Amino acid sequence: MSAGFDRRRFRAMLVKEARQIVRDPSTFLIAFVLPILLIFLFGFGVNLDTARTDIGLSRQDDGAAARALAGAFQHSRWFAVRQTGAIEPLENALVAGEVHGIVVIPNGFSREAAAGGGDIQVITDGSSPNTAGFVASYADGVRASWAAARAAERGQPAAPPIALVPRFWFNPALASRYFLVPGAIAIVMTMIGSLLTALIIAREWERGTMEAIMATPLGMGEFIASKVIPYFLLGIGSMTVCTLIAIAVFGVPLRGSPLALLVIASAFLIPALGLGLLISATTKNQFVASQIALLTAFLPGMLLSGFLFEIPSMPRWVQAITYAVPARYLIPPLQTVFAAGDNWGLFLPDIAAMLGFGLLFFTLAIRANRRRIA
Amino acid sequence: MNGRRILAMVTKELWAVLRDPHARLVLIAPPLMQLILFSAAATLEVKNVTIGVWDRDNGAASAEFINQLAGSPNIRRIVRIDSPKALRTAIDDQQVIGAIIFDQAFSRDVAAHRPATAQAIFDGRRSNAAQIVAGYLGTIAASVGATIRPETSVGGQTVVSHWFNPNLDYLWFVMPALVVTICSLSALSVTVQSVARERELGTFDQLMVSPLRLHEILIGKLTPPILIGLFNTTLYLMVIPLFYGVPLVGSVLLLYLAAFASLLAVVGVGMMVSALSQTQQQAFLGMFLVTVPMTLLSGFAAPVDNMPGWLQIIAEANPQKHFLVISEGLFLKGMPAAAVLRELWPLIPIAAVTLTVSTLLFRSRME
Repeated sequence: MSAGFDRRRFRAMLVKEARQIVRDPSTFLIAFVLPILLIFLFGFGVNLDTARTDIGLSRQDDGAAARALAGAFQHSRWFAVRQTGAIEPLENALVAGEVHGIVVIPNGFSREAAAGGGDIQVITDGSSPNTAGFVASYADGVRASWAAARAAERGQPAAPPIALVPRFWFNPALASRYFLVPGAIAIVMTMIGSLLTALIIAREWERGTMEAIMATPLGMGEFIASKVIPYFLLGIGSMTVCTLIAIAVFGVPLRGSPLALLVIASAFLIPALGLGLLISATTKNQFVASQIALLTAFLPGMLLSGFLFEIPSMPRWVQAITYAVPARYLIPPLQTVFAAGDNWGLFLPDIAAMLGFGLLFFTLAIRANRRRIA
Repeated sequence: MNGRRILAMVTKELWAVLRDPHARLVLIAPPLMQLILFSAAATLEVKNVTIGVWDRDNGAASAEFINQLAGSPNIRRIVRIDSPKALRTAIDDQQVIGAIIFDQAFSRDVAAHRPATAQAIFDGRRSNAAQIVAGYLGTIAASVGATIRPETSVGGQTVVSHWFNPNLDYLWFVMPALVVTICSLSALSVTVQSVARERELGTFDQLMVSPLRLHEILIGKLTPPILIGLFNTTLYLMVIPLFYGVPLVGSVLLLYLAAFASLLAVVGVGMMVSALSQTQQQAFLGMFLVTVPMTLLSGFAAPVDNMPGWLQIIAEANPQKHFLVISEGLFLKGMPAAAVLRELWPLIPIAAVTLTVSTLLFRSRME
């Protein structure tokens, strides 16, 4: 390899890489089919907004109050109720996963309710904590509003003395797809930037075509630029596909400018591509490169970026690690550009951080490649 | 069928995977890393929250409210806000996840026995976390109300007990789900490469001219991924109860049976991808393309019950969905054999279909 930059040489190399992409159907799959699949799965499959939940109801009291409360559960829009007298069949259904919780209206409930009390018992299936928490709080809600309505009939002040009126800016309907779309874009760009790039160069090493390239007068800068530019464009292309589908099919708003989105996505692709180059330069084997890329790019991007789990809730040492994950700086600006609008005060520090990581990874990758050659 | 030939083929395939020391490491290190990362990061709680307060009331009731806010274990910091502009900036720049506004009449309303309302604004960009914080604040509001005006409280309580996971520890749900993910992921990543690698290296033709019969080649190719899947399952079954204290109360034998049945179905899928791929790169990307929907539709990311009906039917064909129900059931609930088998039997027709299709694809590749 020689130093220096020759435009004709560079163009030849760029054409070679671009043809390699266009001729391989799998790049098409990853750049265009994967984004579509992800957006559809996130749109339909990953629904965190709980619908009707199956529960069991064991009414062990025959009084009027117990019947009325059982009726309130039957009519609740949150629950699909299976009612029995004895609790045993419901316990078996809970273990088998057929119901997610059991509401018990115990013997003596109506008498206690007449005296101003009336406790019920709720058993949930803690093996799915999310649903269990939902069942517990909504069952209590059904009981409390039933009790409040009953108290109001008797002339007791019923409204809770202090009410909190919540409003959710940017996403008043609280649709979970609003925050899943930026996540889908992050996944696709990580796949193309890090995984695909790592595989492509590892393959050159594995097949021995890397030696052939080294024997040419191609310079290091030309080599890296010709590898990176096509995948950069591919990443931007699939980000665009993701965005268009999210807007057209799922009605997710893009309140910021397309330019801001483009700048943010480009800033993320640079560290992603740098990491891909670095992985391929340190492993020569496609299988190992793919696994390392999954481990260093994909998993942290999913788990430590704040996309799925809240960073401030993590233990301190994990929070410290998240600062080294480029995707951490991608998620807040992406969420903002979609849901809120342009906010360059928030974007610029994150963009700077991503570019900083890009510089670091590219420097390391160039060094690793030099060492390989020597 | 020739036992010696199959054994030779299995040995050769195992060597192909385990020969490279990097590859050996890669089969064990990522599963362990994944376990550590998930256990550290996965939480549904929203802790260490910063809340904004705009107190235009400065009365007794708002003071009591702020007092109780400061005492909440999930709230780390309270930021004072004094104008609509400051409110907008605090939310826009994500300095706070939400803010409470007490208007001038708040304490007066409470004192006059009128229903008082406080406004709360949340950052809907993080809709999930915002909703959880809204829940916390709602509870605090009710408790402030009960502190100031005890006579409005209505009798009766809901006594909640969470079976199988008394503290609703999210980790207890995540760990059994990770067993499912790692079991199929490690088997898939080996299966998809098995044919694609030989084809890329040009040794596939050598295999074709050997005296091995079709089913012998397939058994030879599919045994190592199943062994590796079972190996990683075993690794997790040891580490999870030991280091993370998640109870494994059900039958381990049934768990292995379910792992084996789901592995049969999964390696069938992997072999289809491998037979369709010309290169290792295609095989790897193809694997990613089947893994993502399989994981997302398993019930790990979101409950299957929340999906639309047509997607729930598709999820029934997903081996990971069935294995997930069984793994959660056996780990935490001690699910009885009858219930396990009811969830397990669909794996057999699924495996039959994936293995048959992959055999047909493989055969068409040979000609």
